[in-house]
Amino acid sequence: MKPIAQTMLDKLWTAHEVLRREDGVSLLWIDRHLVHEGSHHAFGKLKERGLSVCEPDLTFAFVDHYAPTRRSSQTSDPQIMGMIETLRQNAHDHGVHLYDLDDPRQGIAHVVGPEEGLTLPGLLINCGDSHTSTHGAFGALAFGIGATEVAHVLATQTIWQRKPKSMRIRVEGTLGLGVTAKDIALGWIGKLGTDGAQGHAVEYAGAVIRGLSMEGRMTLCNMSIEGGARFGIIAPDETTFAYIKDRPFAPKAGAWEQACADWRALSSDNDAQFDREALLDASEIAPTVTWGTSPEQALPITAAVPAANEVTPAKREAVRDALEYMGLKAGHKLEGTAVDRVFIGSCTNGRIEDLREAAHVLRGRKAKIPGHVSPGSAKVKAQAEAEGLDQIFKAAGLDWVASGCSMCVGMNGDLVEKGQRCASSTNRNFKGRQGRGARTHLMSPAMVAAASVTGMLTDVRWLLERHQ
Amino acid sequence: MAGWSTDKGMAVCLPQANIDTDQLIPARFMSVPRAQGYGRFLLHDMRREETGDLKAAFPLNAQEGISVLVAGRNFGSGSSREAAVYALVDSGIRAVFAPSFGDIFASNAVNNGLLPAQIDEATYVALSQSLERRPQTIMIDLGARSLQLGSVGARFSIDDSWALKLINGWDDIDITRHHRTAIAAFKNIRHQTTVWAWPNGAD
Repeated sequence: MKPIAQTMLDKLWTAHEVLRREDGVSLLWIDRHLVHEGSHHAFGKLKERGLSVCEPDLTFAFVDHYAPTRRSSQTSDPQIMGMIETLRQNAHDHGVHLYDLDDPRQGIAHVVGPEEGLTLPGLLINCGDSHTSTHGAFGALAFGIGATEVAHVLATQTIWQRKPKSMRIRVEGTLGLGVTAKDIALGWIGKLGTDGAQGHAVEYAGAVIRGLSMEGRMTLCNMSIEGGARFGIIAPDETTFAYIKDRPFAPKAGAWEQACADWRALSSDNDAQFDREALLDASEIAPTVTWGTSPEQALPITAAVPAANEVTPAKREAVRDALEYMGLKAGHKLEGTAVDRVFIGSCTNGRIEDLREAAHVLRGRKAKIPGHVSPGSAKVKAQAEAEGLDQIFKAAGLDWVASGCSMCVGMNGDLVEKGQRCASSTNRNFKGRQGRGARTHLMSPAMVAAASVTGMLTDVRWLLERHQ
Repeated sequence: MAGWSTDKGMAVCLPQANIDTDQLIPARFMSVPRAQGYGRFLLHDMRREETGDLKAAFPLNAQEGISVLVAGRNFGSGSSREAAVYALVDSGIRAVFAPSFGDIFASNAVNNGLLPAQIDEATYVALSQSLERRPQTIMIDLGARSLQLGSVGARFSIDDSWALKLINGWDDIDITRHHRTAIAAFKNIRHQTTVWAWPNGAD
């Protein structure tokens, strides 16, 4: 009898299933657990019950959400330092490896995990952060969890989970000049909505995905949660293996050979069936920006701000509300909208390739508006400095700061002022996300760089063409 | 955590879609220890003026003792912050009725005794119309997956395993510890067959 064709999700799920209850809920084994300052609630729950971390060698702690990006001035804030100190104490008490502020490998969990070779194909990775979907770019089952679940993973190294439905998004064709993984992400979320993939694990496939670098794949998987999917996955291939090889925690020698053989078998079978399918034509994707307060409110930079009567009745009120909050008028061109500041960084777009793309736009140009660049990790920062990218940003007038989640969520004090408009390479344009009353426009790092050059939302393709 | 199967509460409607967890609790409040209570942070920036005073027109501010929310689709999308659920629970909210929920939020809710009840669009419309002017009493029967609000009687859905957990007040850590032997056996086999899954591929 022919074996039943399996999706990558099926294979990853089966490989981690300790048991399945009669009600269909699975108990899954966790290979890597990443914790951060926000995990204090979970450590507190553990303490209440007198439990300790069950597998400290599979648990890694990161200072990222509250990391001061201007180390000296912010380190005096007792609230911020208290959060970091609590993480230090918990990591120390439980024997968990901590990437502390002064560590040359410090950075955002979703940037450092892959850099360190902690993130591998075929693993199950949890973190108390919704952007854990990032690690799915390697062919890992990776998803964000809440504090109670974090406590459960700390105590048992397992999690109860009902298997999600499967969805495949294929991207075929060729990406145009200035179009990046961020534009693919905003493109599909704009089409399908922020709950478009709710309850599903999204597998990204197709020629365009195969052609993406690991950085691009991570950006795409990272944004899965903004389309409602807790999981984003991409089949591992030679690009994946080349990225992982020789990283500090990656398998070595004989284990490497076995790993690569196992990883090659992870891809969805050719005739595997998905619960849902979507197809995107890459040539139709333009550099994209969000205009509203939800990632689904995204349009090509060439478009105009929509009016409430141009959308389905169910979404009209949301459009009116978003336009008011964002201070935008229906019918006005997105391109040319004045911007007050820019931010480049975050777990979505704070990797070396992101900085290269932004620097390429800024080379020999000046920024008209203030802004800052926060590399996703200290290693990205060092790499960028070795390539001279920091000099390009600084010469343009942007601040070059240390790594952390920074202005994506503002927990460290990097906030956008009320009413100010920020062109941002981050993942959420929610009201107040970057500060109360802040107006966020999401876009690729290259598009952010373009906005800084003109002081307006700008089609980066104009600037790229002039460079050629 | 105490379980519950029926509840009589006071419901209010927030007629908006995509109320994300950044709205439910802005990030700046998340360094506060839970023991201090998160209720005062619930929907802080939607609900309060910059002075901190409550906005009179905001539905949730209509009266004290609100324990049930009815809201638009995709409630609790975004960040995995369980603090969003703490803010609801610490404010006395027992249940949220919406056409859909963020996956992580729903899971967090159940872990804290808060019911994320999925209703169809027609029920949402009926409830929001009934609640347009003022809060009203609602009866919830978790076992029967039903609600009654004035003349509106309807069904809601929730994953069966979640309903059981809410009704019994079960705690996952206690349940999982019964499976200690199976977990140890699984780990042992994985370690033997998939050595690369351990950091650095060695023990």
